[in-house]
Amino acid sequence: MARAATTTDVFNAIAEPRRRELLDELADGERSVNELVERLRLTQPLVSKHLRVLREVGAVRVRDDGRRRLYSVDAGALKPIHDWVSGYEQMWSERFDALDTVLDELKRQEHDDAGSS
Amino acid sequence: MQAAAEQFKATVTLPADDQILITREFDAPRHLVYRAWTTPELVRRWWSGKRGEVTLAEIDLRVGGAWRYVMTAHGEFEVGFHGEYREIVENERIVSTEVYEGAPDAEALNTLTLTERDGRTTMTILVAHQSTSNRDMHVNSGMEGGMNESLDALERVAQSLR
Repeated sequence: MARAATTTDVFNAIAEPRRRELLDELADGERSVNELVERLRLTQPLVSKHLRVLREVGAVRVRDDGRRRLYSVDAGALKPIHDWVSGYEQMWSERFDALDTVLDELKRQEHDDAGSS
Repeated sequence: MQAAAEQFKATVTLPADDQILITREFDAPRHLVYRAWTTPELVRRWWSGKRGEVTLAEIDLRVGGAWRYVMTAHGEFEVGFHGEYREIVENERIVSTEVYEGAPDAEALNTLTLTERDGRTTMTILVAHQSTSNRDMHVNSGMEGGMNESLDALERVAQSLR
């Protein structure tokens, strides 16, 4: 199943670690550019640049609130990506949960061996 | 409890058009994670997750050596993967190729890295494909697995209604 071109763009947009941090900050609610600058300790031009990319692919919305512009996440735009990757992520989660069980055993064995030597 | 669950959650990101990055933290030192990853008897116990039984796990752990895993999924169909080791740094790093035998033309290059801190290990697996479409197909394989599980569940419900 091929993804639509716009989805590819969202993918590319959120591949950038700083932009993912921005989305994390916005996940809690609306923020202004200044608030984002303060929280992420990035320069204002850099925050604005990343926000512009996220807006262009529809991942982030903006509204005017008096003199401030408030940014928020558009969850609808991100859901297809989340859904697409989540099946694959789920497969690895199950694998890793089983690996946890194996590791617990190996840790116990190692502990017992250390105790008996 | 919530924090712990969050901490040990697997995350999948797509750092580039043709790549997949899988990250997970383990509450164990990395030599044990490495052992569990490279010992056939142990791989048999975790690699299929909840999706079936591992029926074959062969590991020839040396540069140029081959690996092959086969799983019988849902007791119905077999899926096989194989590849070759390209780089091995014990307890730290393994670079290997991976081919899903259902799509033998789409070879990926996997880089496993293990870093340890305070007795815990962070694992990253970078899967690099040769094209976006191969990468997308690879991600879709997880979705199909999930769909199969949903269909199984649906079938159970349907049978219970008889």
